[in-house]
Amino acid sequence: MSYWGFRKVMSVSAKALPKVLDDSIDKAADRLAADQISAVIERLLYNEGGARLKTYMETCAHCGLCSDACHHYLSNNKDPKFSPAGKVRQTIDLIIRKKGNVSIEFIKRACEIAFTECNLCRRCVLYCPFGIDVAYLMIFVRRICHQLGVVPKFIQDTAHSHSATFNQMWVKEDEWIDTLFWQEEEAREEIPGLRIPVDQECAEIFYSVIGPEPKFRAQLIYQAAVIMNVAGMSWTMTAKPGWDSSNMCMYTGDHEMTARLKKVHFEAALRLKTKRIVMGECGHAFRSVTDVGNRYLGWKAPPLPVVHAIEFYHELISNKRINIVQKFDKPVTFHDPCNIVRGGGLHELARGIIDKTCEHFVEMHPNREHNYCCNAGGGIINCGPPYTSKRVRSNRVKADQLRDAKSWGARTIIAPCHNCHGGLEDIIKFYQLDMDIKFFSDIIYGCMDKNHPLTTEAIKKY
Amino acid sequence: MNRSDWDWSPGEKIIADLQQWRKNFHEVEAPCVSPDGERIAAVVRMQDAPSFICETKSAWKRGFDKIWGLRFLPDNRLLAIVSAAGKWTVAVEGVPWENWFDFVWDVHVCGAGCNIVAAAQNGGAYFAVLDGIPWRSAFPSLSNLTLSPDGRHSAAVVQTVPFNSGDVFQFRKGCYTVARDGNPWPDNFLNIWDLTFSPDSHSIAAESRISVEDYTIVVDGKPWQRGFLSVWKPLFHPFDHSVTAPVKIDKGWSLAKDGEVIWQQRFFQLWHHAYSRQGNHIAAIAAPGFGRWTIAVDGKAWPLTFNHLVTDMVLSPDGERIACIGKTDAKWHIAVDAGCWDGSYDMIWEPVFSDDSRHVAVKAEKKGEICFVVDGVPLNDRFVSAWDPVFGPSSDCVLLKGITRNGVYVRHVFKLAEYNIQ
Repeated sequence: MSYWGFRKVMSVSAKALPKVLDDSIDKAADRLAADQISAVIERLLYNEGGARLKTYMETCAHCGLCSDACHHYLSNNKDPKFSPAGKVRQTIDLIIRKKGNVSIEFIKRACEIAFTECNLCRRCVLYCPFGIDVAYLMIFVRRICHQLGVVPKFIQDTAHSHSATFNQMWVKEDEWIDTLFWQEEEAREEIPGLRIPVDQECAEIFYSVIGPEPKFRAQLIYQAAVIMNVAGMSWTMTAKPGWDSSNMCMYTGDHEMTARLKKVHFEAALRLKTKRIVMGECGHAFRSVTDVGNRYLGWKAPPLPVVHAIEFYHELISNKRINIVQKFDKPVTFHDPCNIVRGGGLHELARGIIDKTCEHFVEMHPNREHNYCCNAGGGIINCGPPYTSKRVRSNRVKADQLRDAKSWGARTIIAPCHNCHGGLEDIIKFYQLDMDIKFFSDIIYGCMDKNHPLTTEAIKKY
Repeated sequence: MNRSDWDWSPGEKIIADLQQWRKNFHEVEAPCVSPDGERIAAVVRMQDAPSFICETKSAWKRGFDKIWGLRFLPDNRLLAIVSAAGKWTVAVEGVPWENWFDFVWDVHVCGAGCNIVAAAQNGGAYFAVLDGIPWRSAFPSLSNLTLSPDGRHSAAVVQTVPFNSGDVFQFRKGCYTVARDGNPWPDNFLNIWDLTFSPDSHSIAAESRISVEDYTIVVDGKPWQRGFLSVWKPLFHPFDHSVTAPVKIDKGWSLAKDGEVIWQQRFFQLWHHAYSRQGNHIAAIAAPGFGRWTIAVDGKAWPLTFNHLVTDMVLSPDGERIACIGKTDAKWHIAVDAGCWDGSYDMIWEPVFSDDSRHVAVKAEKKGEICFVVDGVPLNDRFVSAWDPVFGPSSDCVLLKGITRNGVYVRHVFKLAEYNIQ
């Protein structure tokens, strides 16, 4: 299909977003009583909606400068309903004006807006003259929905998994440990003597991953083990709950469970007396560990240093703990994930890794903190198949961005975030972009010298 | 663990040369030492050969496909989780349990070390195994395994109602409960976590979520009458069978007893509470304000606070003293009785009290070396790896166990008087 032909298809599609069928929202909402809705809203507004909520709501001048910052708005033919201010207007603004006396139908629509039409990406915050945090307002709406029990089914199931297993994929304790043993055995074929240390006290690094890794992407554990072993790192993973640093409860508005998950995670690292947590390539988990969960628990900062994989890989390459012997030769572009770039400022470190590992780099535009969200983040991809079509159609601008990078030669997208991978894969497929996506660990694993692991003597030099 | 039988004669004893072990084997995994310090063991492997246990006195004769979870029990016996031909079990002193399973993990021992429980799975069904004997019932999932103080009972959170992926409504009806010795409580809950047995081993208390927004404590299957915004792990009183737990109310945390809030004070956070041995004091790790951490005793916070965290709180045997580890500005400190010892460290382990409650010892790390501090006095010994210090039964000497820079494992007993520690 030609470039223009494709655009035509998309512009038609964007006008008519498919009707979403998530029976759990109807089923849950239909059980609600009107006075239950107002009681929950009144309680939350009174107990949790403090000065911040009031300030934001009373400050918004409806100037519309946030609109062009939003990929939902841009991808839906600039329909004002999809602008950040428009989404606020349709949800929390009306809730406050009506003092919580809103209908069941209203809650269903508010749920759909808050959970599937805003990624909490905070791009609009950069363009708001007052810096109003629309993500905070949308999370407030999600919190209301959570307390009313009206949440999209698939993300709610993920949150339930978190509460029952302390990981988001219903991975049982034996399955997790067995996966580590399995990956160790596989990796020993390549690196004799390789270890994935389990529950080893006093290691320097507590390495954490997210639920999908043992479930779908076990090769990432393999790659991390190879990198750790070749670099001669002192590291461990835990056999107990707490290995999953992700936190979908943060996105369902379940603050109590968000805090509980982070307590288990931090205490797993503290129990083993590790010096720092190194996280795999995930964006929302990074935010939940470094910014959200810690504060819910009373820690201003995480109780021990938390290092994202980008920082860690940059450190390993800079300190020559791993040596790049052959750069990745296909032209790459880089997708800046919202939570670790706009939220975490790791964009230049990421480009530092690319500089050391890739022959050709094509910058995506806009980029760094101005990059557009993948439209999977904020829990939208976790809302599951009912919303997939809507999700990809509502990110035409990302397809345009990728297509532009491709026109400059990029064939591979590096995205150091699981949600971004999922979101971009769907966009590539739907918009027929014919590009592939990699994590940094894929690139580094392929380019590093694996034949000369650092010896103890060499490690001492650093 | 009768410490009186151990060798408490002052001096250093070389137990094993680990460098020699490393020459003899391709791989020597993280070693562990016995409580009395007389034995050291590690999982060792020659290339493409089964795993063995190498040990100072009597190496296990049989090799296994995989060995993990190596540890010494309080009674100085050596335990490991082992696998052969795709099956797993627990082995003690080289002797595997008679029953083998598809997987075994999460081993617990009672205080004396005589009883052992492990989580196990066979054909996708989950259960506990106490001293080699599996529960008669199995469940779709099992977690939070716990062993009673007397070592005769085990309990775990189990799933009693299977549900399909994505069935959020069935989940909300409650599918989880506690099984004691394989027998589930009659009622289910949304979630249930952090079980604790009563001191007499008869009762069990646990945290639970009873609706999307209500948390409470459940004792022997019966929830407290009052729900809270959140709760943390409950504890039984040492004698009167009452149950206390940190609970979140309004915008703060406090302590509740049998469902009623008993501390007037509200904290930003409150957890890991503990009773004194006599049950007359309760201490807990607390945050009196956002980002300020300390210890609260009977509801009153220490004036000393740390800006990162407080952890590893320990009460003395007489219940009159408290020690903990605090972290401020990225440095770790030792705090005892609301005062901070001189010096900061890169890491500190859980403090240890002497039997007479007069002395406190800690293991600490500074600049890559492991050292020890007793009553604020740094000791001269330096190790690359070490284990927790142990006071002698008469509280006048300390046993240190560590691996020196030249790879030798030593046990060192010294008299406190050597350092003028009174």
